[in-house]
Amino acid sequence: MTEKNTFDLSNIDLSKGNPRNALVDRIRSWARINSPWAIHYNSGSCNGCDIELLTIITPRYDVERLGVKMAGTPRHADVLVVTGSVTLQSRDRLLRIYNQIPDPKFVLALGSCALSGGVFHDCYCCIQGGVDKVIPVDVYVPGCPPRPEAVIYGLVKLLDVIKNGKTNPTENKPTLIPSESELIDLERPAESA
Amino acid sequence: MSDINQTTGAALQKKKYIVPIGPQHPALKEPGHFEFTVEGEIVVDASIRLGYVHRGVEKAAESRNWTQVLYLVERVCGICSHSHGTAFIQCAEKLAGVELPPRAKAVRCIAGEIERLHSHLLWLGVAAHEGGFDALFMYSWRDREIVMDILENFFGNRVNYSVNIPGGVKEDITQEFIDGISPDLDYLEERMKFYLDLINTDVTFRMRTVNIGKISYDESASLGATGPTARASGIQRDIRVDRPYDGYDLFPITLVTDDRGDLNARFIVRIKECLKSIEYIRHVMAHIPEGELTTKMPRKIPAGEYMASVEAPRGELFYFVRSNGTEMPDRVKIRTASLCNWGTIVSSVAKGHRLADMPMILAGIDPCFSCNDRMVKINFGNRNPEIWTWDQLRKYGNNFYK
Repeated sequence: MTEKNTFDLSNIDLSKGNPRNALVDRIRSWARINSPWAIHYNSGSCNGCDIELLTIITPRYDVERLGVKMAGTPRHADVLVVTGSVTLQSRDRLLRIYNQIPDPKFVLALGSCALSGGVFHDCYCCIQGGVDKVIPVDVYVPGCPPRPEAVIYGLVKLLDVIKNGKTNPTENKPTLIPSESELIDLERPAESA
Repeated sequence: MSDINQTTGAALQKKKYIVPIGPQHPALKEPGHFEFTVEGEIVVDASIRLGYVHRGVEKAAESRNWTQVLYLVERVCGICSHSHGTAFIQCAEKLAGVELPPRAKAVRCIAGEIERLHSHLLWLGVAAHEGGFDALFMYSWRDREIVMDILENFFGNRVNYSVNIPGGVKEDITQEFIDGISPDLDYLEERMKFYLDLINTDVTFRMRTVNIGKISYDESASLGATGPTARASGIQRDIRVDRPYDGYDLFPITLVTDDRGDLNARFIVRIKECLKSIEYIRHVMAHIPEGELTTKMPRKIPAGEYMASVEAPRGELFYFVRSNGTEMPDRVKIRTASLCNWGTIVSSVAKGHRLADMPMILAGIDPCFSCNDRMVKINFGNRNPEIWTWDQLRKYGNNFYK
């Protein structure tokens, strides 16, 4: 904890860009590690992962004592927690929420369905594959549903990602909502009457 | 000029304001979109747009074998997964002509009641949270962890515990388990009595719930409410009593009803049901019949149709299964309790209440969006597929079953 609670101002590369920005970024990332705010979106889950995610803010597991807080709006959040396979209906909404989160944003995919589609892997109304087919994902937590301990472990792993920063800065760029024609390609051809 | 201003002013006054909520909203744990038309603080109209978590489970069930479908339907809803599994596997067992051993029936019963405990405690917390009573949310979720421990010790998983297998159950109730669960049940009973007392006496809580979201007996009956929502309006409707399935024929259970029909009654009915469940689990464990846990189940289910209903924590859960004699079901139709209950709040209860009461009224029916999102598609030749008259429906039904 001592390591986290102090500023580490060494190794800042001041030669590139604005040195003040580099310093502010370091301070921001320090603050973020100490208190990541998360937002939850259910993109087609069975509620199993949702109730296990909700469990971690209740007395037995209480992650709020560690600074993790569930935010009400994407604009206040650092971390997007996605549960469930992505349905065609909620895909646009997921992208919209992802776009609304300020940079840098981090994504935690929770549960088998978010990882790979799970039991819903070949349903006609789901994106084939996991959440990472739609938005970039930083940490994957497997399980059907993952235990609260696993969710907390996933959050700890996410702190490493936040600490080290994203390796590829382009990942932080907002994903554009696809055009109508692209969306139609995703849907299966309609049944003939 | 002044005339124009006056007319536009009057038009603006007449124009109602629509408050959109969702699909992502702090008050919603699951995606759903609501539009409340308000006049000042008062809601005059409400509409829902569901379907964000429609995954196509019914269609997917047609491309998996019977055992795989069992695990698929358990994931229709993670909260009442045992009910979904039981309803589906009942259909398969009845079609195959398999009679369950009594011990397996009793284990299914116990699992169902533990699930009800966990679901009602979860709901109690969420509903209190929607009413701004976060202390009760934390209390009830702390106690819910005891139920989750029981589930984990018993079935090996906290959620989606899959106690059913085709032709029986996979876990046995041992003496060790009975000894382990008894102190937990005693503690839960004590807590439930505390919650019941709290709901009846806490002044703030009563102000938020008494006479709020009232549904009369007639309204509730005509709109087809099920489960605790119906029982809170005095309707004597419970599948466990009306059409006893799996273990409820061996061990009968009694109904809990309340005739006031408001939010407070829904809280009371659910908490009393929890007390009843605790009593019932004790009774079944004390009288658990000896015998096998499973019977042999064929891989291919003979052709036929069967309908089964199960009393899930939220109300009547209905399954229709048609088999064509292969390893996969031909059709699985699911009708869940939440969808029946949506009609009650949207068409009658929501109107005339303050916007601030909406979260609690919505939570009052214990909505489960992932249960809800079934698709209805109607094809009827060249006619307008949107509107069907009763005669057309009848004719279509008669032709279908000819």
